[in-house]
Amino acid sequence: MMSATVTAHADPHHLHSAEHSGPASKRIVTGYGFWIFLLSDIVMFSCFFASYAVLSGQTAGGPSGAQLFDLKNVAIETALLLVSSFTCGMASIAADMRNKFWFQISMAVTGLLGAGFLTLELIEFADLVEKGAGPSRSAFLSSFFTLVGCHGLHVTAGILWLLTMMAQVTAKGFRADIQRRILCFALFWHALDIIWVAVFSVVYLLGSAA
Amino acid sequence: MFGKLTLSAIPLDQPIPLIAGGAAGLLVVAVLAWIVVKGHLPYLWNEWITSVDHKRIGVMYIFLAMLMLLRGFADALMMRGQQAVALHSNGYLPPEHYNQVFSAHGTIMIFFVAMPFVIGLMNLVVPLQLGVRDVAFPTLNSVGFWLTATGALLVNISLVVGEFARTGWLPYPPLSELTYSPGVGVDYYLWSLQISGVGTLVSGVNLTTTVLKLRTKGMTLLRMPIFCWTTLASNLLIVAAFPILTATLAMLILDRYLGFHFFTNDAGGNVMMFMNLIWAWGHPEVYILILPAFGVFSEVVPTFSGKPLFGYRSMVLATMSICVISFMVWLHHFFTMGAGPDVNAIFGIASMIIAVPTGVKIYNWLFTMYGGRVRFTSPMLWSLGFMVTFIIGGLTGVLVAVPPADFLLHNSLFLVAHFHNVIIGGVLFGAFAGYTYWFPKAFGFRLHEGWGIAAFWFWQVGFFVAFMPLYVVGFLGMTRRMQHYDVPEWKPWLLVAGFGAILIFIGILCQIVQLVVSIARREELRDRTGDPWDGRSLEWATASPPPVFNFAVMPDVSGEDAYWLMKAHAKQQGLEMRAPDYKDIEMPKNSPTGFVSAFFAAVMGFAMIWHIWWMVIAGLLGAFATFVAFAWRDHDEYVIPAADVEKVDRVNLEERRGLVTIAGGA
Repeated sequence: MMSATVTAHADPHHLHSAEHSGPASKRIVTGYGFWIFLLSDIVMFSCFFASYAVLSGQTAGGPSGAQLFDLKNVAIETALLLVSSFTCGMASIAADMRNKFWFQISMAVTGLLGAGFLTLELIEFADLVEKGAGPSRSAFLSSFFTLVGCHGLHVTAGILWLLTMMAQVTAKGFRADIQRRILCFALFWHALDIIWVAVFSVVYLLGSAA
Repeated sequence: MFGKLTLSAIPLDQPIPLIAGGAAGLLVVAVLAWIVVKGHLPYLWNEWITSVDHKRIGVMYIFLAMLMLLRGFADALMMRGQQAVALHSNGYLPPEHYNQVFSAHGTIMIFFVAMPFVIGLMNLVVPLQLGVRDVAFPTLNSVGFWLTATGALLVNISLVVGEFARTGWLPYPPLSELTYSPGVGVDYYLWSLQISGVGTLVSGVNLTTTVLKLRTKGMTLLRMPIFCWTTLASNLLIVAAFPILTATLAMLILDRYLGFHFFTNDAGGNVMMFMNLIWAWGHPEVYILILPAFGVFSEVVPTFSGKPLFGYRSMVLATMSICVISFMVWLHHFFTMGAGPDVNAIFGIASMIIAVPTGVKIYNWLFTMYGGRVRFTSPMLWSLGFMVTFIIGGLTGVLVAVPPADFLLHNSLFLVAHFHNVIIGGVLFGAFAGYTYWFPKAFGFRLHEGWGIAAFWFWQVGFFVAFMPLYVVGFLGMTRRMQHYDVPEWKPWLLVAGFGAILIFIGILCQIVQLVVSIARREELRDRTGDPWDGRSLEWATASPPPVFNFAVMPDVSGEDAYWLMKAHAKQQGLEMRAPDYKDIEMPKNSPTGFVSAFFAAVMGFAMIWHIWWMVIAGLLGAFATFVAFAWRDHDEYVIPAADVEKVDRVNLEERRGLVTIAGGA
């Protein structure tokens, strides 16, 4: 391999100050790539938000959000998810400290809180369907079920991932590649929280006020 | 047990798809049998199917694109044949079949020819140009390829099991809703695109991260070859636009499968929302395709002009401007659908503005050639053909960007001629230029030049003969997608267009012959130096084909045109005699994850199309099990000892020494 020495005239734009030192570490590459994936996921959610915004008035003579939403239920859901984000943060710290005991405890609590959130959401959905306000009743309800359900599906996938990570840490410990996956999982879980804050505000708060 | 799938799904009463599907099926079986009997299966499995090497994956993408080009072109010939004879008659294709043919043609050409071709070139070349050993996520890269192949497989299965969509390459509702398209055709479309769309997103994330986070020492952003810049822009667009496609198709799926009301006529559904969403993806998509082609020309033109690219920074700026503006023009696809004059004016102006950076690029290429010693090799011919053809296509594009003109030309064959003019003359010519340019890098021997030049001229002339008449019949009022017509004035033009399609067909035959001849005579076309064209960027600084680790020692970059500077330095100083400091290299292990997860995706997609619910669940469980099994691996890398690296590198260094001496003496 030929190597060229840096010569002044080879760099007419005087970029020496911004010299690039080579490929980033695996941890940075993995985290960065996952951030980009999360951005794409947020773009997908933004489409569902946009369609909800377009269709939220199209009740086709059926019930509107103000008639259907139970803010108490939603408040509990929100609390569960926000606390789960905190415990997820605890799990990340435990992973950094390589403390298996606290990692597993925090992950288990995170998973339980997530499962509690999902249960409440499913009860809400079942209740709506029973009242005749299922997704095929009106365009408004189609977009509502899709937006909120898409978030719910993400939480479900997150719980499956969480269980896999607990099993991996039990079987293999805090190997470097497993640490990178824990980093990605944590990013994913916190991102779901951010999206829920938007769902809570745009769908439930604005919907009940209308 | 088998949902909607019964024996009647096989179209025994329609000879054309049955014979075509049967012949294709027989060919696949014959090739598979040959592979097994000759004992090539272990090689194929170990070296290609499970490979996570970006170069191999790139080659497989391009191979897939070329196979699908044959399928898509067969559809094109059928359409040209139908319209050449269908004056006052039904031609030879019944309407429901003709509608499937034009839908499949568009879908295949965009998603399974143009996309895999440009993604394949980016995979093959970008890590080499950045001076690194692999992409950011090698195993995911393999998953992405196999998911794309799954989508292509499903589209082709629809030829003999059931039917394909009759709704055009974008399934506009309400026609694509269950009420008006009760068959499985639209479902084939939806699931093959959802699956291949995930594959595209994966490769978008992967290549974006690769360009932004994996560059060799000294390779600052403003020293990257333009192809890397266009790759960055194109993959940023993939990351931002493909989720829109996924969401939109998901809404249509929910409408069709679960009775939702996103785009239905009743219960408050909104059809215009589909138009906006699909084109918010669809317009960036055309720039996802054309930007990498611009990148190819920006590599080919300087190399064969023997000059650095003119206006490197303006090229970067133009690329990134197109990347941003491409998100602000989507409404020009439906000026006629009632948005009102204010909105139409804004989008019309934005559409004209995007022609400005494109014009900047054209001038840069022209000034690069100006005063250079231009070598008219076939990659250069494709580039010159592109410049002439694409300018015409760009000008007709600016014409339809004027809303009042668009009201006359909307959905006419003028529009069809326009977008073929930019996609064939831009994307496809770019892909062919890149294919010819980088073929020796991938395989270690050049393509036969004579057949390449012949292919170029048949394509170039064939394109003009096939599509200029379509501009004319567009002005004469002929709308697109007509199965038959009763205006005698159109017929002569359509006959000429049909003749043009035959010329293009001869061009494709030339390309097949070129490949066969080149393989047969590979020893005399062999390139031992790794630098057959006197190249300028780092992919030419390693052997052809490159070793699995690409570079024995990671190059240290000191400016634009990194390899050119190294050569200039070596010519002055002589190759450094001091042996480089070889180190052990860690490379990712091959993995069947991509192939296996794509298998389950295919099962799941097929089951969804035919409503076979137990099979959907089986596919889901299989896919999840694959990921867990993959995550459970203990060793995902292997080490190549420094001694082996040195052995491989010495061979290439010796060959290259001659190159520098000869070049230095000239």
